[in-house]
Amino acid sequence: MTVYTVIFYVLAIVILGSTLLAITRRQPVHAVLYLIVAFLGTAALFFMLGAPLLAAFFIIIYAGAIMVLFLFVIMLFQQSPRDLGLLSEWAPATLLGVVFLAVAVAMVFKDPGSGIVLQGAVAEPRDFGRFLFDRYWLAVEIVSILLLVALVAIIQLSKRREAGGNEGEARVTPVRNTSGPSDPAAGERSNISNAVKEGHQ
Amino acid sequence: MIVPLGHVFLLAGLLFAMGLVCLVAHRNLIMTLIGVEVMMNAAAIAFIGAALRWQMMEGQTFVLFILAVSAAEISLGLALVVSVYRRTGSIDPDRYDILKW
Repeated sequence: MTVYTVIFYVLAIVILGSTLLAITRRQPVHAVLYLIVAFLGTAALFFMLGAPLLAAFFIIIYAGAIMVLFLFVIMLFQQSPRDLGLLSEWAPATLLGVVFLAVAVAMVFKDPGSGIVLQGAVAEPRDFGRFLFDRYWLAVEIVSILLLVALVAIIQLSKRREAGGNEGEARVTPVRNTSGPSDPAAGERSNISNAVKEGHQ
Repeated sequence: MIVPLGHVFLLAGLLFAMGLVCLVAHRNLIMTLIGVEVMMNAAAIAFIGAALRWQMMEGQTFVLFILAVSAAEISLGLALVVSVYRRTGSIDPDRYDILKW
C-alpha cells in the first residue's frame, strides 16, 4: 500500500461525494459549482495515472471553459426551482441506476484481469503530442471539423429570426401563462383534445 | 503499484450511474446536460485507467477526443436550450406542449 494508493482512494471519495452533491441539487448553479470540484479531482486523478497533459486540458476545458459556459447560460433563465418529486421521479431513476451499476460491477469483477495492479507510468507531453500527430492526425483534423460544424450550428441557432419572412410570423408565442384568462383559445383547444381522446376510447 | 484495475473501473461505473440517475430524474434541461457531462467524465476515467493498464497511449488519445466531442456537444446543447427557452419560455420539458393540438 503505497502513498499513491491512499491518494487514489481519497481522490475517489472526493469525486464521488461532490458528484453526488451535484446531482441532487435543485439549483443548477450549486450543481455546477460542485461539479467543478469533481472535475478538479478528476484532473488530479489523471495526473496520478500518468496523463499530465490531459490533466491540464481537463482543468482548462472542463473546469474552466465548459462550466463557465454553464454558469453564463444559467444566468439567462428565470430561476424556478421546483420540488424534487422523490417518489415519482427519483425512485425509478435510482432503481435504474442501481440495477445498471450492479450489472456493471458484476461484469468488471467477473473478469480475471480486473485484479491486475496498475504499474505507474507517465506519458510525457512531448511523447504524447508526437504520438498523436504521428498516428492520429486525421482524427485530430476530423475533430476540428466537428468543432467547426458545432460553431456554425450555434451561430445559426442563436441568430434571431428576422421579421418579414414567413417564419417570423409562424413563431410560437411564449406559453408562460397557459392557464391564464388571456388566452381564449386554450380552453377550446383542450376541449378539442378531450373530444379526440374520447373519440379514441 | 497503484490500485487494481477493477477499482478504477468501479469508480468510473459509480460515476456513470450517478450521471444516468441525474439525466433521468431531473426535470430541468440544464441538469440533464450536467448528467451527460458526468457520464463523459466517467468514460474518460475508464479510458485513462485502461491506457495505464495496457501501457498504450491510444487510451489517452481517446480521452482527448472525448474532451473535444463533449465540448462540442455541451455548447450545442446549451444553444438548443437557450433557443427552446426563447420559443416556449420554460426549460422544464414537462411543459413543452406546442405540438399539442
